[in-house]
Amino acid sequence: MFFGTLIYGFINSAILAVMALGFNLTFGISGVANFSYGALYIFAGFMSWILLNSLGLPYLLSVVIAVLITGLIGVVMYYLVILRVKGLALSEVMATFGLGLAIMELFRYFDFVGFRYTLPVFIDRSVSFGAVYIDLQRVFIALIAVGLTVFLYFFTHHTRIGLAFRAIAQDERTALTFGIDSDLIGALSMGFGAALAAVAAIVILPLGTIAVEGGYEVLINALAVCIVGGLGSTLGIMVASLIIGMAQTFTANYIDAHWMFLVSLIAIALVLVIKPSGIFGSQKELEERI
Amino acid sequence: MNRDESVILKVENLTKSFGGVMAVLNVSFDIRKGELLGIIGPNGSGKTTLVNLVTGFVKPDSGRVEYRGRNITGWAPYRIVGLGITRTFQMVKPFYQLPAFKNLVVPLSSPRVKRLAGGRYGDRDAVALDLLEEVGFERDSRVSYKSAASLPQGYLKRLELAKNMALRPDLLILDELFSGLSLAEVASIVPIIEKLRLQGKTIVMIEHRLKELFRIADRVMVLNYGEKIAEGASDQVMEDPAVKQAYLGSET
Amino acid sequence: MRKRKERIDRGVKARSSDIYALTGVREMLYLLFPRAIPVVGLLVFIPLLSPYWREVFISTAVYALLAISWDILVSAGLVSLGQALFYGIGSYFAGALNHYWGLSPLWTIPLATVGGGLLCTLMLLPVLRLRGIYFSMVTLVLPLMLLRLVEATRILGGTEGLTGLTPFPSPLFSLYFVQIALLASLFGFRRLMGTDYGLIIKGISDNDRSVMSAGINIYWYKAQVLFLGASVGAFTGAFGTHLDMFAGMPGFALDYSIMPVAAAVVGGMGTFAGPMVGAFILVPLSEFLRALGALRIVFYGLFLVIFVVGLPEGLFHYIQRKYEKFERWVVVE
Repeated sequence: MFFGTLIYGFINSAILAVMALGFNLTFGISGVANFSYGALYIFAGFMSWILLNSLGLPYLLSVVIAVLITGLIGVVMYYLVILRVKGLALSEVMATFGLGLAIMELFRYFDFVGFRYTLPVFIDRSVSFGAVYIDLQRVFIALIAVGLTVFLYFFTHHTRIGLAFRAIAQDERTALTFGIDSDLIGALSMGFGAALAAVAAIVILPLGTIAVEGGYEVLINALAVCIVGGLGSTLGIMVASLIIGMAQTFTANYIDAHWMFLVSLIAIALVLVIKPSGIFGSQKELEERI
Repeated sequence: MNRDESVILKVENLTKSFGGVMAVLNVSFDIRKGELLGIIGPNGSGKTTLVNLVTGFVKPDSGRVEYRGRNITGWAPYRIVGLGITRTFQMVKPFYQLPAFKNLVVPLSSPRVKRLAGGRYGDRDAVALDLLEEVGFERDSRVSYKSAASLPQGYLKRLELAKNMALRPDLLILDELFSGLSLAEVASIVPIIEKLRLQGKTIVMIEHRLKELFRIADRVMVLNYGEKIAEGASDQVMEDPAVKQAYLGSET
Repeated sequence: MRKRKERIDRGVKARSSDIYALTGVREMLYLLFPRAIPVVGLLVFIPLLSPYWREVFISTAVYALLAISWDILVSAGLVSLGQALFYGIGSYFAGALNHYWGLSPLWTIPLATVGGGLLCTLMLLPVLRLRGIYFSMVTLVLPLMLLRLVEATRILGGTEGLTGLTPFPSPLFSLYFVQIALLASLFGFRRLMGTDYGLIIKGISDNDRSVMSAGINIYWYKAQVLFLGASVGAFTGAFGTHLDMFAGMPGFALDYSIMPVAAAVVGGMGTFAGPMVGAFILVPLSEFLRALGALRIVFYGLFLVIFVVGLPEGLFHYIQRKYEKFERWVVVE
């Protein structure tokens, strides 16, 4: 029981991590607020479904196209919306939030509701870890979570574009003087984050159905993980996902499934009381502006 | 013994680094009551960080700041202001949409002012206008009523100074007050500073305009790469080889 | 000969500033007219409508109050994406007082307003020191989590909520009650923000470093503003509880978080009258769209985006500008 809980806890953490990474990249690292994250996640899911079922395209092609389209939407969103309200953090938040809302509820309106909306798993098989059986899909999620983290770390620390992403968050003006086109980089960062949301969707949605509520869930989870781990810190996201994921699974198995949601709330409450900027967060109010 | 009693601000081994950059390293100095201390040094030598550390805008990694015997290390800025230490900012940012005199209403609403005025705020608008006149806003020209956005740099700097004076400070720290001003403008502000000294206030000035500073400073302290490299009378300090090297580079 | 557009105060505006307003009937009417519209509209015109529309406008007033609460917070630079937090807490507070202790609305509403406001302030206190985005994030997340908390732990009535609570004496009473509260908030907070206190608050939003260096404890002021906004929000929840005779999970619904923001953005942030105007446009409009179900929220979302991007100043600022200034072409020297 313990071992099984441990494994599933890790998987759960991986799922949370995958959800939070895209959001963290765009806001935490590049300073671009994208509250339509959940909507993009669901959009990618439905888009894949449409390509797969209504257009009959092969699976690999569908998901790749879905990821690309979602990424593109992120870029377009930047140029159409963010650019016009640049600099006013509140407006970025409100505009992207409104857009995300519109997208999600539009799906609900067009009746994309029901159990028939699912995405197929990669390989429909299970694997055993000792006495515990896990479906391969979940293993994939864990692998992808680890892979993504490593990739993102190297990307933001060792590639030119990744470093540019971080530069525009730290000091846009200085970044400009280095020849970094902050608009282009900002758009790319949003597109990248959107694509990550799409990847998360492709990998996680097969576990259940594609539902509009899922979009809200993703946003809440991503925000919760970022609040607890500290916005901008990939390490923080990892640690926070691990803590919350493990705590949730252990609570579900040993106490009661209903209390799972309490875990995130308690985590947030604790963080707010002890270290409001998050475990590895370094967002001090005044220091950054002197 | 007497010398020690006149020390109002004692800074001991202040250190602060940002990431890998050592901004301020083991800086110690005293400020005596009523003196005008100048702090100079090349760009990036940590002068503004030092001010931020003393006034509470940045928490030091280690070290101690003592004001009139009280340990104020790490205090929040508004509490330090409450004790009577005020500062100006290098980049002056007033409340642009408000008229100049309304800008002073904010400091005039601080607890310190209320306390010193005997528990009442009084007519803040009138006090603001008087303050502006003291710093050279001509009463007849109605310039005090113009929005801060329309004021040139010289007036903005004076507004910043007035904002400090509104708080009835005992120790004023002026961060590059003269920067961006013409010789005439500097010459018109100096008398205001002299008047503050006559009122018994202690003043610290961070400056790049050495000639103008040396005329009014009692003592000067030099920073370079976050460390104090010299301290003393201005002519003495300028002869110091370390100071010369810091500003002009070595001869080899 | 090149021309540019110039905006100058209208003659009547200049003539009616300060004490000069008393010099003539025209000047006084100029000032009274915009203020009379909401008063007459709410207290005289609306009660004359059909019961169905009266209900719509009660709902409108509730959202308008939430929008005003949002505007109060925005004055200090706090952007709340979770007005539902205040509504839900206020709603449960009043509901619990009524259900478990049998207190009448006379008691539950004031207690819930102040108590709910205090509770929410305490919850959000830690984030006041951080960057604004944290406040938005936490306010967004909290009501959604509290929702799940209630569902999971089944406290306070769980999924069914608290039912059978004390109603108001009559529908007309509820209408007048909420409208008077709305007018009081509108004029009261406009007044407050026009004083020197309001100056400090707006200063904090504009340049908090400057206010901090002026010796003012910005966190204390932010907390005060938070309490004021939260209390107004809690009041709407308490009112809603007795209006619907029900307090439950729907109190934390996303609707209560989004509508006020959309209303404020459409109507004009920072003016209190703007959010009210926005609410009075969006809520009745959404009534027409009720048949379209989820499309309602799509509209809110789109309105939000279009106005933030296209007319960020909001309708009220625009109207106010037209009312107070006129434009003319002037030759460029």
